[in-house]
Amino acid sequence: MSNRDLILNRIRHACTVEYVELSSVPFFHQKNLDILDKFKKVFTEMGGEWLDKDLKNPLKAVNDKLASAKNICSVVSEVKGNYEITSQSSPNSLHDIDFAVVRASFGVAETGSICLTEKDLVVNTLGYLPQHLIVLLDPKEIVENLHDAYARPEWKIYHYAALHSGPSATADIEGVLIRGAQGVRSLSLLLF
Amino acid sequence: MSVNMNLNDDALQHETEPKGAIINGNKPIDQLEAANRFILAQAHEKMHDNRLWDLRKKRDAQMHLIPEWEELRQLASDIKEHTLEHLAYYLEIFEKNAKANGIHVYWAIDAEECNAIAIKIMKDHKTRTLVKSKSMLGEECGLRHAVEKEGIIVIETDLGERIQQLDNEDPSHVVVPAVHKSRTDVSRVFTKTLNAQAGNNDIHYLAETQRETNRPYILKAEAGMTGGNFLVAETGAVVVCTNEGNADLSANTPKLHIVTVGIEKVIPKLEHLAVFIRLLSRSALGSPITQYTSYFRGPRQQGGEMHVILVDNTRSTRLADKQFKAGLKCIRCGACMNTCPVFRRSGGLSYGSTYAGPIGLILSPGYNKHKFRNLPFASTLNGSCANVCPVKINIHEQIFTWRVVLAEKGELSFTKRVMMQAAGKILAHPSLYRAAISNADRALKYLPHFLVYNNLNTWGRQRDLPFTPKETFHSWYERNYMKKGKVHE
Ligand code: SF4
Repeated sequence: MSNRDLILNRIRHACTVEYVELSSVPFFHQKNLDILDKFKKVFTEMGGEWLDKDLKNPLKAVNDKLASAKNICSVVSEVKGNYEITSQSSPNSLHDIDFAVVRASFGVAETGSICLTEKDLVVNTLGYLPQHLIVLLDPKEIVENLHDAYARPEWKIYHYAALHSGPSATADIEGVLIRGAQGVRSLSLLLF
Repeated sequence: MSVNMNLNDDALQHETEPKGAIINGNKPIDQLEAANRFILAQAHEKMHDNRLWDLRKKRDAQMHLIPEWEELRQLASDIKEHTLEHLAYYLEIFEKNAKANGIHVYWAIDAEECNAIAIKIMKDHKTRTLVKSKSMLGEECGLRHAVEKEGIIVIETDLGERIQQLDNEDPSHVVVPAVHKSRTDVSRVFTKTLNAQAGNNDIHYLAETQRETNRPYILKAEAGMTGGNFLVAETGAVVVCTNEGNADLSANTPKLHIVTVGIEKVIPKLEHLAVFIRLLSRSALGSPITQYTSYFRGPRQQGGEMHVILVDNTRSTRLADKQFKAGLKCIRCGACMNTCPVFRRSGGLSYGSTYAGPIGLILSPGYNKHKFRNLPFASTLNGSCANVCPVKINIHEQIFTWRVVLAEKGELSFTKRVMMQAAGKILAHPSLYRAAISNADRALKYLPHFLVYNNLNTWGRQRDLPFTPKETFHSWYERNYMKKGKVHE
């Protein structure tokens, strides 16, 4: 007998309860919640940097950040970079990027998270190897909580997607919070 | 910073780090002995206690922000129970969907087999360097050592785990592996192993040193390895939660991604994942979510490969054991450790086991009854662990049941045997006992004296419990049993 069958048989032997369908999980939506407000609050608490939209020049905050940066990789049409990648770029070649600019698929107010899929990132390591990450997000794409988030279609379409909630962080030494542990040192976001 | 804190910090930075339990083959671990040494390192003990209690308080604050918290815990518990009752069914669905997405799926009966499969995959891909993100299953299987023996360089990418790897020490906590170390302890390790400046114990500097020295390995590694917090049967996906983003780096940079994961980690659907993600980091660290909650449903473009090893390693045996089956619901959040007075004051390494703290007391004897026979006694049975557990495992009841089982199996030392006889009456009536401990406060109030203050609860003996016994166990015991000649030992 293969290991697979051996393990599965042992399990079947141990399980004797008849199958009853699990009832579905409620969405736990809150009444009168200002979703945008909540998103901004938690995003900032998680260590994200909120970029304010300039009325005349909406991308000003992003361009200001990029003004003195050396290697800028932008995979969004709204922002011009100077470092090109394609979906065939080798994942480890992205290590010398200072700033990456991407567009998130959606945001989650409850946890201040943004969802980056393999499509948003072009190469998955674009979310982690650059020193800093700038994210554009359509405010219409912010859902209330994680129940909404996991009801989205992305999880069934892509092979890779991750919720980012602030930048890479650690508190492994004496509980002192350090931002920029292994991945990006900062995560900034502009609603656009 | 107050003068007092400065003094404490000074003491901490000058104190030698206490080491964990003495491990001697299959000999029973003496948790109490190691705990006593930990307590002697007063400044370390205090820091450890404070840090974990701080996590517990942050957890409480998060809990109060979620009106449906208790409902979520009940859902999490129900989902886990349901999945465990139909584990074969969900594992098969997971396997089918994962394979359809292009993931290679393997099944390992035990640790040895898990390691052998992982090593074979790596050798087939000519792996010289493996970058690894933290995985309790990996610890359980001794995976790192097995892989290193094959001449493959293994780099832990999580900061805490890397500190422990470089110090040749096991992680002391499932979520914060180096929580027992001061910044000076870390600085010493990094000076010795990473060429860090001697005497520079600045935490930013230390974290940066690890980042900079790890990066080159991440960039050149042929293989990356992660554990899995959850397996979603519905989509055949592996979900990994980290704060550092090191799982994403390990899995996405090299061509090869290997996942080692326990079979109990499967959950039915995405809608269930939401429940667990809402609970996990709030329970663990008191943050709404981990910085990164990553979802791997298949190999990536650019010729990636993804291999998932499903590991049994005693889980199917535990599943058949009605008494201890509930331990399989654990999502390794560490909340039970953070709240446990014994854990906070004795350190995770005192348990001499991969799983420490309350969850360790009920999991470890399942792996080895003899070696871990003392662990179920490292508890005050105050029930705080069960109260914070996000999946509602009846931890303290199971700790008690283990004592009974170990007694039946002849795994008690002489003193413990005598005590257990005295406890016989209560033991004979589990319902009585359960009623007594159904609630944490009531437990301490109504638990018969001798169950709390005797040599069984190694911890009740000499440490501060919420109240002082009016009568010691020994005098009580003498009065009630010795004279009546009921002791046959
Ligand atoms: S037993 Fe419960 S509280 Fe303890 S680690 Fe597991 S899930 Fe968390």
